[in-house]
Amino acid sequence: MSFLEVLYFIIPSAIFYAAPLVFTAIGGVFSERSGVVNIGLEGLMVMGAFIGIIFNLTFVDTFGSMTPWVSIVAAMIVSGIFAIMHAVATISFRADQTISGVAINMLGVAIALFSVKMIYGKGQTDYIQERFVRFDIPFLSDIPVLGPMFFKDVYSTSILAFIVAIGAWFVIYKTPFGLRLRAVGEHPMAADTMGVNVTKMRYIAVILSGMLAGVGGAVYAQAISGEFSHTTINGQGFMALAAMIFGKWHPLGALGAALFFGFAQALSIIGGQIPYIDQIPSYYLHILPYVLTILAVAGFIGKAHAPKASGVPYIKGKR
Amino acid sequence: MPNRVVNILVPVISVILGLLVGAVVMVVSGYDPIAGYSALWNGIFGDSYTIGETIRQITPYLLSGLAVAFAFRTGLFNIGVEGQLLVGWFAAAYVGIAFDLPMYIHLPLAIIAAAVAGGLWAFIPGLLKAKLQVHEVIVTIMMNYIALHTTNVLTRMVANGKETTGTIKETASLKSVFFESLTDYSRLHYGIFIALAMVFVMWFILEKTTTGFELKAVGFNKNASEYAGMNVNKNIILSMVISGAFAGLAGAMEALGTFQYASVKGGFTGIGFDGIAVALLGANTPLGVVFGATLFGALKFGSLNMPNAAGIPVEIVSIVIALIIFFVACGYIIRYFLVKTNKKKEAK
Repeated sequence: MSFLEVLYFIIPSAIFYAAPLVFTAIGGVFSERSGVVNIGLEGLMVMGAFIGIIFNLTFVDTFGSMTPWVSIVAAMIVSGIFAIMHAVATISFRADQTISGVAINMLGVAIALFSVKMIYGKGQTDYIQERFVRFDIPFLSDIPVLGPMFFKDVYSTSILAFIVAIGAWFVIYKTPFGLRLRAVGEHPMAADTMGVNVTKMRYIAVILSGMLAGVGGAVYAQAISGEFSHTTINGQGFMALAAMIFGKWHPLGALGAALFFGFAQALSIIGGQIPYIDQIPSYYLHILPYVLTILAVAGFIGKAHAPKASGVPYIKGKR
Repeated sequence: MPNRVVNILVPVISVILGLLVGAVVMVVSGYDPIAGYSALWNGIFGDSYTIGETIRQITPYLLSGLAVAFAFRTGLFNIGVEGQLLVGWFAAAYVGIAFDLPMYIHLPLAIIAAAVAGGLWAFIPGLLKAKLQVHEVIVTIMMNYIALHTTNVLTRMVANGKETTGTIKETASLKSVFFESLTDYSRLHYGIFIALAMVFVMWFILEKTTTGFELKAVGFNKNASEYAGMNVNKNIILSMVISGAFAGLAGAMEALGTFQYASVKGGFTGIGFDGIAVALLGANTPLGVVFGATLFGALKFGSLNMPNAAGIPVEIVSIVIALIIFFVACGYIIRYFLVKTNKKKEAK
């Protein structure tokens, strides 16, 4: 296999594995930028994957080839509603954000598995028939070198992931809403003094993070796993959290980090077929994202700063 | 209402709320909650075997709960108990398999190996927190996954490529013939004594030693402790290491007691994460952890009876446990209502 062929092989799979992480990590960016730590991303992703698959299996006759897309919308709505729990606990009830996130994670897995067993009488669902499929982008895929790398055999969900990441960058950095969001996460009292409704902003951000994590989960389930069981989402939510931190709480940074983690995941799965890479034990590729994240937060790869008020409930009138 | 009573009422109300919502979930999903909860009850107290197994399940919960609680007292959130437990599990199993020693050396050695492994695994986040102010939650989460992959690779190595290692030597086993005869051959083992001893150790360290005083002081107020001349960094690292050692011991309970081997794992055991629930419910005190571990250990084991006896998926208990954590975390609002209703009563 020539070097170029290796690239043609690995870059599409890296993007393929990265897409769910991108959605979820962007969700994390919204939440943390508003000052709410969301460790519950994993649980929200589980919810999204579960709803995506259930919806897909149930309504495949109604929607035909559009089913995966409708399922994503369903997953987005349900995970968004599920995230309200985290919002109520952390914003209104001043619960410890990390602990509430842990509860969300446990609850997401428990509810999903409970329902799967209730509906199907076994621990895993059937395989879905309508999946996301690959396609070639007309014209662009004919570009030499870049075409086969980025525009051939792509998933539409991968394109959507890029659009969402760039859209999130625009919203957070170029709109009044984004300015308020960041203000609330950095200095809620100052934002409040200037007339920004801190509680409302945080609620919106947490619900957005739930919706995006739901999309991430549904994309993972419908493009990669094809079914739902207790191992479908196994740490992807935490990896998305890692991507967000590694990307320094910036949407485009998170996009880059998620792509890199997708690359590591792709290598650990298909690396055996690539010369030289197959010499590296997959163990190192498995732990790479986590080690890199530790190095990133430790400041060895540029200093990362969390939003100042991240993790602190805002209590009016408290200095 | 005195503060003490409120502090006890919050977890009690949370447990009741959790069980109530669990019942609602069962009704909504078309199950009979009374049949469900009686199946749960029988799964816990049904006969001597289930009681033995319940206590067996409580054992690692005690230790993982202590691990989370101990770090909490120094103001640290150790989400990495799961990973520390895994490395402890592997270390204990490895020592149990690889060495040939008389029991009075072998067993303590295997147990200490687990504690050391867990402690070392927690040392890294502790060090990063102390020296570079890196948030321990992120690092410990990442360390969990590194532990999972690392112990899997090491287990395969020890097992010569297989998924499960051989059984540990009898000289390193916590197996109890006495308990077996008492509880109809349940897997209850002597580890429960170690776990209870550690409850005492935690109480002793925190309440009776200068180190414990310093650890708590750092948890209350870092700056004040620093000003009073305490070495904050040292205390942060120490707290994480002790917490990790407790977690490692929880792994030893599984390696030397319950399973007697190490195996390749597809995912986490959940004991470490449930330890957060245990510690939270027990308000991070040693005695509270005993109550928390007893409740969650019993619920977890008892739930295994629910699919057979009532046709209800075991996950219902996970839902209840998650809800209890959620309600305890929302303690502020429960407290608020308690104080408010109390004031009304007093006004009358």
